[in-house]
Amino acid sequence: MAALSDQLLVVAILGYLLAMICHAVEYAFGTRSVIGRAAARPERERVLVGAGVGAAGGSGSVDEPAPVAGTKLPGTDAPVRSAGARSPRAVLAGRAAVALTVLAAVLHLAVLTTRGIAAERMPWGNMYEYLLSVTFVGVVGWLVLLYRRATLRHLGLFVTLAMVLLLAVAGLVLYVPIVPLVPALDSYWFVVHVATIATSSGILLLGAVPAVMYLIRHGYDQGKRSFPYSLGARVPAADTLERLTFRLHAFAFPLFTFAVMAGAVWAEAAWGRYWGWDPKEIWAFISWVVYAGYLHARATPSVKRPVATWIAVLGFLTMQMNLYGVNIFFEGLHSYGGLD
Amino acid sequence: MSTEERETVTGSGGAPAGVAEAESPAAGGPTGGGQPPRVRRTPLPLALLRNSWRQLTSMRTALILLFLLALAAIPGSVLPQRNINIENVNRYAAEHPDLFPILDRVGGFDVYASPWFSAIYVLLFTSLVGCIVPRLRDHARALRAAPPPAPKRLDRLPRHAVLTDSDGDLARIAAVLRKRRWRVVVRGDTVSAEKGYLKETGNLLFHFSLIGVLLGIGLGSWYGWHGNRLLVAGPDNAFCNTLQQYAESKLGHRVDGSDLPPFCLELTDFTASFLPTGQPSSFRATTLVEQGDRAPYRASFSVNDPLRLDGASVYLLGHGYAPILRYTDRNGESLESDEAFLTIDGNLTSEGVAAFPDVNLDPVTGARNPDLQVAFEGLYFPTAPDAPPFVSSTYPAERSPAVMLFAYRGNLGLDAGIPGSVYRLDQRQVSSGKLKQIGEGKLLRPGEKWTLDDGTSVEFVGTRQYVTISVRYDPGERIVLISSVLLLLGLMSSLFGRRRRVWFRLSPAPADATTTGRSSLVEVGGLPRTEYAGFADEFDRLVAATRPDGVPGDDVPRPGGARPDGATEEGTD
Ligand code: HEM
Repeated sequence: MAALSDQLLVVAILGYLLAMICHAVEYAFGTRSVIGRAAARPERERVLVGAGVGAAGGSGSVDEPAPVAGTKLPGTDAPVRSAGARSPRAVLAGRAAVALTVLAAVLHLAVLTTRGIAAERMPWGNMYEYLLSVTFVGVVGWLVLLYRRATLRHLGLFVTLAMVLLLAVAGLVLYVPIVPLVPALDSYWFVVHVATIATSSGILLLGAVPAVMYLIRHGYDQGKRSFPYSLGARVPAADTLERLTFRLHAFAFPLFTFAVMAGAVWAEAAWGRYWGWDPKEIWAFISWVVYAGYLHARATPSVKRPVATWIAVLGFLTMQMNLYGVNIFFEGLHSYGGLD
Repeated sequence: MSTEERETVTGSGGAPAGVAEAESPAAGGPTGGGQPPRVRRTPLPLALLRNSWRQLTSMRTALILLFLLALAAIPGSVLPQRNINIENVNRYAAEHPDLFPILDRVGGFDVYASPWFSAIYVLLFTSLVGCIVPRLRDHARALRAAPPPAPKRLDRLPRHAVLTDSDGDLARIAAVLRKRRWRVVVRGDTVSAEKGYLKETGNLLFHFSLIGVLLGIGLGSWYGWHGNRLLVAGPDNAFCNTLQQYAESKLGHRVDGSDLPPFCLELTDFTASFLPTGQPSSFRATTLVEQGDRAPYRASFSVNDPLRLDGASVYLLGHGYAPILRYTDRNGESLESDEAFLTIDGNLTSEGVAAFPDVNLDPVTGARNPDLQVAFEGLYFPTAPDAPPFVSSTYPAERSPAVMLFAYRGNLGLDAGIPGSVYRLDQRQVSSGKLKQIGEGKLLRPGEKWTLDDGTSVEFVGTRQYVTISVRYDPGERIVLISSVLLLLGLMSSLFGRRRRVWFRLSPAPADATTTGRSSLVEVGGLPRTEYAGFADEFDRLVAATRPDGVPGDDVPRPGGARPDGATEEGTD
């Protein structure tokens, strides 16, 4: 079972890699006019325009514009002008990419399941397993998003790239053979803690994708054309990305807060203190404060959206520090050692 | 708060959502450009004070302070911290003799108690109080106030609809809204309604809970205490809860030794089970507890399952073995030592010292002979290897226990009063020749005896288990927990709550309206005060529900554009 799990990981990585290539193909063949515009304009703007038009002369209903063949996004009238400009090869590649991602995600789940069966416990006992779980949550979140908003498909290139990189790191750097949990980790609260931390980390991980894309798109909209910004031509509208970023973070932040609290309850039982400034705890604190800063900044009228979004990206970096950095650079109670 | 209002105002004015407006210029801005600064009547110091207060309580300052807080927390993960691991700090001091004093002066090894870290959070929480107390007042007022009157032009609002076949019964519309838990007021020919106060309530709850968490932490650090020690099994090693009994302890600022609750603890049994690989799978310590008037009782605890006593909890941190060594001296006197040996690896190889300073006394005067003190330094293996070299244990449980002992005779240097490791002999005594090794090392199994060159002997009797425990009390814990739960509830209401307003206005039906006789024209406007993608749907459903028959039909409402010309045909689909 353990060996099967390891082999499945390789296949899963391959699946994500193929999905990435398909996304790249779609990206290469896709025409700018479609992809660049196939995105919702901000709700209020749209409605106001509609209302204005209505007041002036009386047009049709504006809140649910007619669906346009070839574009799946309700609530936009932009694609009407550019419909039909898309190459069928690109569409095919895009569909294949999504199918491959689904397949890879199923394999990913199988990696976790077989690992869990082999270890006779939940597959969260060490960093390797933990990262597999976090990325799985991330990819499921991505697929859910995709299901609800097909126009986001172009972000898939970045999602699959991230998956390939993270899983490769997991397999190459963090891999450890199966061992059962040490007694310190054998706790109900630990399960709650790790499950919620993994879920919220996965969503925060995913949230960084639209955040970065937003920053790129924003720069592009401002006329920047040098390398990272040149990608802006092919991603959804800045506003859509920005709101998506916020939604994902607003959803994940309370969950992350809860996860940290569950960890504190567990730490109290295991070590006698609910908070002890252990390196993992320190970085969780830092991430929490930075993400709180992001939500705060977004609610502060004088802070511009790109600035707020940079804070979200910073939050993402602090999470990465906690995922890898702390395990590699520092020693602490969270080094999954437990009693010795 | 002015900032929020401001954003709302811009929003309803028709600008795209989320346009960042400068914060109210009053918030700390310099005095107006064109005017000479002396126009103001307020005395300068007061104005300055007021300005700084405004500046401090602005959300932008809060943001900067949050950022600083995150930044200030980083050194604590890079440098070892005194309150976490003092040994690492000492090691760091030894390894970086130049850097250490400088870093130490700026609090690098006590980051979370350092003046700069404290300054940041004190400022942050001051800002917080200054920010939310006025907000609380405003919110309390808003909760009591009626929803505001309708704006003049409902068709300029983000959502707008016209009901052409309404019966014009505003009281009924108000009832429908109330039933849906809107706060409603009818003024003349308009109905104003608002919903989603929970958002702001949640926001305030969240921010106040942050204060609660801080107070809980503060209470814990003032009135809490903890002590760590090692406890060897057996009645002779029982300890009572006094400060002197702890190897390491820390009392809160408002606690002194006499405040510790009285209880005594004896380790009667400790069991550890291990997997074939040597990885531990479970631990359990059983103790005899004496507290208050109760008869002594047995209680057991484990990792993740502390022993809860009155006024303190006992946590299991680690465990190991204490070999029992019996030394028989030149006078035939036997003394026993059961010093704990420090475990040095996962298979519980342990190292330690059994010192016998009070042996070989002068038979007549009973005086210590400083040259005939005896000590054994050695390693203990719960499972000794079958053949030499005897350097490490091969399994953590006691399958074939043995000690590898090195005997020393001479002056142990204990009188010098220099604190040394209890797991190592004083190497200065050895190198100066005051303490001499006797013979080679010897491996002893339980019951085996080793006779030294002077006829004295040492016997390895067996072992006792020991545990390392932390005894702790933190009165702030409960406050922190409750505050955290409230914090989470507040956070969720705040993030997922949506404040929104709707207005219904009855207006005379236009002359050419193709309406049935009884109906009149009702204009409806909706304003989401926060970002809320589903508002359009909710608005439509609400409008439908306020129709006379109360069922959403498929022809009404006609959301979106107003129809001044009275066009009634269906919108294109
Ligand atoms: C202890 C530090 C603070 C933390 C961790 C914190 C955290 C947060 C978070 C996470 C949010 C977004 C979620 C929500 O809407 O409730 C928020 C919103 C908010 N905070 Fe704070 N905050 C802190 C201090 C402050 C201070 C000092 C102020 C005032 C200057 C303030 C004013 C606000 C306001 C006005 C909002 C909501 C804006 C809106 O949604 O309309 N906060 N805060």
